Amino acid sequence: MSVHPLERRWMAISVLLVAVMGGLVVYTAYASRLHPPSNVETIDSTRLHLTAEFAEDHLGVERAKDGTVVARLVMARYMVHPQEITLPAGTPIVLRVASADVLHGLHVVGTNIGTQVVPGYVAEVHTTIRFDSVAKYGTANPDGSVTVPLFCNEYCGLGHQSMWGRVRVTRP
Amino acid sequence: MSTPAGGNLGSVRRLALAHMWVAFALFAVACVLGVYQLLERGHFVRTSAAAYYGSTTLHGVVQAFVLTTFFIVGFGYCVTAASLGRPIRRTGLAWLGFWTMLVGSVVAALSIAAGKATVLYTFYPPIVAHWTFYAGAALLLVGSLAWTWITIAETVSWKTENPGRPVPLAQFGMTAAAVLWAWTLVGVVVEVVFQLLPLSLGLTPAIDVGLARTLFSWTLHPIVYFWLIPAYVALYALVPKSAGGYLFSDEVGRIAFVMLLVFSLPIGLHHIFVDPEQAAGWKLMHALGTFLVAVPTLLTGFTITASLETAGRLRGGKGLFGWIGRLPWSEPVTLGGILAVIVLLPGGFGGLVNASYAMNVMVHNTAWITAHFHLILGGTVVTMYFASAYALWPKLTGHRLHSKGMATAQIWLWVVGLLVLTVPWHYQGLLGMPRRVAYMPYDPALVARWERWNALILAGGVLMVLSAVLLVVNLLLTHGGASEEDRELVFADALEPVVRVPALLNGFTVWNWLLVALMALSWAYPIGQFFFIGVHKALAWGFR
Repeated sequence: MSVHPLERRWMAISVLLVAVMGGLVVYTAYASRLHPPSNVETIDSTRLHLTAEFAEDHLGVERAKDGTVVARLVMARYMVHPQEITLPAGTPIVLRVASADVLHGLHVVGTNIGTQVVPGYVAEVHTTIRFDSVAKYGTANPDGSVTVPLFCNEYCGLGHQSMWGRVRVTRP
Repeated sequence: MSTPAGGNLGSVRRLALAHMWVAFALFAVACVLGVYQLLERGHFVRTSAAAYYGSTTLHGVVQAFVLTTFFIVGFGYCVTAASLGRPIRRTGLAWLGFWTMLVGSVVAALSIAAGKATVLYTFYPPIVAHWTFYAGAALLLVGSLAWTWITIAETVSWKTENPGRPVPLAQFGMTAAAVLWAWTLVGVVVEVVFQLLPLSLGLTPAIDVGLARTLFSWTLHPIVYFWLIPAYVALYALVPKSAGGYLFSDEVGRIAFVMLLVFSLPIGLHHIFVDPEQAAGWKLMHALGTFLVAVPTLLTGFTITASLETAGRLRGGKGLFGWIGRLPWSEPVTLGGILAVIVLLPGGFGGLVNASYAMNVMVHNTAWITAHFHLILGGTVVTMYFASAYALWPKLTGHRLHSKGMATAQIWLWVVGLLVLTVPWHYQGLLGMPRRVAYMPYDPALVARWERWNALILAGGVLMVLSAVLLVVNLLLTHGGASEEDRELVFADALEPVVRVPALLNGFTVWNWLLVALMALSWAYPIGQFFFIGVHKALAWGFR
């Protein structure tokens, strides 16, 4: 068995390349605490309206004692509840999202907010919105805030395309 | 002795042609559906959301499951018969497999066409299709196991009869594909048999969606390598020969096939990075494995380029790049090989972005993903299927290829069309445009920014349909063309003939045991957790 010296060198380069990329991924994950939504928290999707957290009057945005902003959303064919939320830029945000029926996805253009919304689980997204980033995609409002769409990005049935809402992002 | 140079395809003539004709006929129909979807999304026509999602389902099921599986099985029988230099046994089983696959495909396609299975090719429970869809899909997959069995059995018996000799590289690669396919199917088959069929038949009212998605992700990555390995076999075994040169290294090919098998299986969670039912640590572990699977592709890119360089220099090419112009660009197999490797560069790069744990969320479910897998499946994989068909058809039919010029035009049209289609898709994805929506009622200014590329994208799709038509016409006309005397399918010789290879690079026993350990490590907890974290099942919605 013989491997050409050029190939040996290329193998070493390939492994090194992959090691550097993998290393960067691990580094950014822990140094910048960049993790995808992974909270593994179960919930009964057929009884959301009976839970303390996802009953209708608890949905929307609330500021926790430590200053964190928490937004609670329910996605159901083919609506996002509530239809519009206001979030501050430059502030740590937690989104907690549950599905009342089938599989959905949540994406807010110009932000890092993206998650699958799987029935039976609460999807939790941690992020901080950058105002200049959403300003590139959104519509400016008279009060200086910017509105971007929030939409379902996972096929959820024949009305999937009409499942969307809005996020108004205020300046930090 | 090294690899026997090739062999006759007489024993698999009808079998291989039957499989590959089903593949290409349905492929051409599904290409037309793809253009309809571009018309719908580009507002050139307005039918209905049901038509769009139905078409998307059928397009995906045909291109990802039917085209690939039928082509690979047909191609695999050719490689086995030619490389082992003897007729394949168990042709009865092979035909049983063919009819099972065909019946399954037709049943599933009718179910989709009737509007009873608009669930996309990724299934997406708790939306549930009519049970005929899952039954059809299961028959397609189970039927293909006949080929898996035959391929492995042929390799094992050849090794017994030829102790100490290296299994020919092409057959070694197809055996890797067969072993990989058996492992790959476990996830989706368990999902279909134990979750989706009972749900669609009304035997169970609800489904554990987290478990279903995790099982599907088991299958979703290695299936891509099941499509890709035969394309790589063609790159290693057919392309250097057609270019008039030698394979730069037989051993590196073996190493690449082993790595593709071992590394593509324990990494599927990268398809569900942004799912809430899996924890961060497991996702990160699968992300690292995903980077590892880039290594065999990097090796293949090098070896094939080096083989082409050898060919170009043998043909009188001088200087650093002079060999490129000397390559026989008018040979369909060479051209397909060159373009398949070139398309693999952006396709592989996009894959590394997707694999990047934290960056993934930026592109998840955007048009970027559609662009990525069209480059890999539509680009590298299918382009090599075309090239292989042009090599095989004369040997199988006994008639010379109807037109080489039409064949090279077809490959150019395909790849140019694909790039015109996918470059703007990548850009739209980076701007956040979602995939798989019939139309976009969101803020008009933003949607207008995404959609300014629609006409260009449509043009790319139209070029690809024209190309698909050329392929089918050329192959059809070949059946009635001038007769071909040379019926031997000949594979490339390695630059240095391979006399002996280590047992590790001549079989898969040890690698299968390693996989048992790796799969247990990567999947036991992510799958097992659903039996103790207290899941709530979701009620079925949909089409039954």
